[in-house]
Amino acid sequence: MVPQFLRGFEFSPKPLPGNRALVIIQLSGGNDGLNTIIPYRNDLYYKSRPQIGIKKESALALTDDVGINPSLKFIKQLYDDGKVSIINGVGYPHPNRSHFRSMDIWQSGSSSDELITSGWIGRYLDGSAKGKHMHNSMALEVDDTLSLAMKGEERKAIAVGDISQFYSAASNNYFKTLGSHAEEHDAQLAGYLYKTLCETTSAADYIYAQSKIYATTQTYPDTQIGKRLKTVGSLIISNAETQVYYVSHGSFDTHVNQKNRQDKLFEQLDDSLAALVADLKKNGRFDDVLIMTFSEFGRRVTQNASNGTDHGTASSMFFIGGGIKKAGIYNDIPSLDDLDEGDLKYTVDFKQVYATVLDKWLQTDARSVLGKKYSGLDFI
Amino acid sequence: MDLQQKNKLLYTRAGFGISLNDFDNPQPIDKAVRGLFPKATPGRLEMITEEDWAENNPKALKSVVDEMQRKEMAKEFRERTRDMNLLWMQAMVSSDFPLLEKTTLFWHGHFATHLDNPYFDQKLLNELRTNALGNFGDLLRAVSKSPAMLQFLNNQQNKKQHPNENFAREVMELFTLGRGHYTEDDIKEAARAFTGWAFDEYGDFIFREKQHDDGEKKFLGKTGNFNGDDVLNIILEQKQTAIFITQKIYQYFVSDEKVNEKHVKELAHNFYKNNYAIDTLLHDIFTADWFYNDAVIGAKIKSPVELLVGYQRLLPMQFNNDKTIINLQRILGQYLFNPPNVAGWPGGTNWIDSSSLVIRMRLPEALFMSKELNLSLKETDAEMMGMHHNPVAIDTQAAKPFRVGKVDLDWSNYIAHWKQYKKEELPHALADYLLAKSISDRQFSEVCGFADNDSIDEYIKSLTILFMELPEYQLA
Repeated sequence: MVPQFLRGFEFSPKPLPGNRALVIIQLSGGNDGLNTIIPYRNDLYYKSRPQIGIKKESALALTDDVGINPSLKFIKQLYDDGKVSIINGVGYPHPNRSHFRSMDIWQSGSSSDELITSGWIGRYLDGSAKGKHMHNSMALEVDDTLSLAMKGEERKAIAVGDISQFYSAASNNYFKTLGSHAEEHDAQLAGYLYKTLCETTSAADYIYAQSKIYATTQTYPDTQIGKRLKTVGSLIISNAETQVYYVSHGSFDTHVNQKNRQDKLFEQLDDSLAALVADLKKNGRFDDVLIMTFSEFGRRVTQNASNGTDHGTASSMFFIGGGIKKAGIYNDIPSLDDLDEGDLKYTVDFKQVYATVLDKWLQTDARSVLGKKYSGLDFI
Repeated sequence: MDLQQKNKLLYTRAGFGISLNDFDNPQPIDKAVRGLFPKATPGRLEMITEEDWAENNPKALKSVVDEMQRKEMAKEFRERTRDMNLLWMQAMVSSDFPLLEKTTLFWHGHFATHLDNPYFDQKLLNELRTNALGNFGDLLRAVSKSPAMLQFLNNQQNKKQHPNENFAREVMELFTLGRGHYTEDDIKEAARAFTGWAFDEYGDFIFREKQHDDGEKKFLGKTGNFNGDDVLNIILEQKQTAIFITQKIYQYFVSDEKVNEKHVKELAHNFYKNNYAIDTLLHDIFTADWFYNDAVIGAKIKSPVELLVGYQRLLPMQFNNDKTIINLQRILGQYLFNPPNVAGWPGGTNWIDSSSLVIRMRLPEALFMSKELNLSLKETDAEMMGMHHNPVAIDTQAAKPFRVGKVDLDWSNYIAHWKQYKKEELPHALADYLLAKSISDRQFSEVCGFADNDSIDEYIKSLTILFMELPEYQLA
């Protein structure tokens, strides 16, 4: 008798309506929110940023009060089409300004005084697979190593940087032979290792097969983010069972000469999103996909002496795609004259945003994933 | 369990694997265990001198007028933590007393710090190595007064009028008592006691009397004008500290998942009674009957550093690229001096996911047969910080491709040893030596099916690599 866990992708997990997907884009390094969503009617903004402040004429107007960074042309277009919701002031109490600590807090979906060793999407996998098998490519990170966000208490998602390479690495004859008798190893740790091996080769087969189903005619930029979103697009359109995709872009850690770096990164992101959205639309999948962006913190209000900014706190999150209920600017940017030692005070706890996505988009119990109940928002 | 298997288990857990010599010449356990402990204090590991620090500390750097130059110097200095890393790895690989290094590695994760100051890292590492097998009280005091810990846990900001609780909290939550064995008030009072604990520009501990709150404090049920040393003593008086530390040590040396409460209780009781003598605790574990039990074999997953040091102790290797070992640590998730957070590395099954398992299984071919891994690394803080002064046409690639590069191996002694066996004996003999747990007959025939039969040398090499590629090789 073949044990449950061996049956790989033969077993269908609870499907989401429309085979919908969530695409998480992590902006690594601390993206400067104030030069992303620009409060161009606020004098304090220009006083604090004499050199790096973005002029009203340069910004792309969103509302009377705010504009968007001019390098995000495509997002602006989508915004005008009513497909974008922008949540401002997202952060958490007692903010931590260390990259690795704050990123851990965001990825684990925890509070700054907790040390959690699992991630929110990993725990989503744990919960939605309760009692049944679900193959681990339900959540996929397009990278060679797996982020904390994707590691659950019991289940871990799959990390694939390059599909062909992953396939040839995981599917070599020797590994496949070893994994084929995985059921013989039930003892504790050996069992865990063989189970992981089996799930990996199974996932490699599945993802590789899926990637062959749809050969995209869409041109994606030849940048790292372009290639990663191409992988995501192809799998979504091939109707893969993957529910969550995770991709990183960066580094946005703009301590020096912020404009050059942020502009370039935004251009790359914008062009890649344009390709992805065009591809999804062509294939009628755009409404089934929700794209979200986040960063581990924003940056300080006042620029530093190197035409850059230092680590800050609250920042904005973008939501693009299907199911947007309240398009536009969801809430105000935090006040620039009521700062916490030079930093913005958060107005939305990121866990509320997670809760909303978990409850409404992924249709799961946000409370069990996040450990507590957070009041949701209504942008989707 | 026969004596050879007992020795194998002992040297695997108390070190980084058993040498061919020790495997062939197993000793009575009492004698083997005694031989684990060094007779002398270990020498210091020093890559960064006092002069280096004098030139590169924040105060000295401030006097460098050119901003670019200052940032360049700061970046170069930060990268010297990699030198420390390699130096320590080298010590682990070549040590005659691997128990010292393995235990230091444990304390390195237990007293985790994540700084960008290689001088402070070096000081803390040397305190850990000096006290690793000594007295936990001494170790705790040395760590608590190290500039690395004081800086990492913000005790420089802990002042009489504005106490900062971070240091007090982590000392109790992570380093000694564990959660649930103190109250928030205890933390506040302890923080008051630690006020004034700081370090000077030389990286030496100083006590700033003016910043010290010398009022009466109530801590863990006691009342008095406690200072930091008093607080540490009171913490050590709690049996819970012995229990907490013993449990962690048990998990590290005995079993990732199944913790035998009875054994831990007994060990903790003796640890407390022996005034926190770490060497005695370890001696108790390694001479216990229950340790040499089938249930203990394979009950641990090797940490990345264990795995990498193990390879190098097995076969002498020279890496053409210094960064190879560093990058392998990063890609496997254990980058020395860069723990994920102040709780260190969680370990156990946390080391293993779909990508890390496959990477571990591909490592033998990458290291021993120069096969490319074709992987990319996620960026670290240090790199993000280092990219500052590169204003024009930045390569904004977040992930960096990673090359193992050329590795020079010396198979000669290893092959000479195994040539003493008949060809048909080799699979079982090699498996006995390399693997913690035995494998089935079917697995043997599968492994042998992939072996290279061209010559006896190639047979030995390929079998070795095939066994090392088994998931079982990840178990200790």
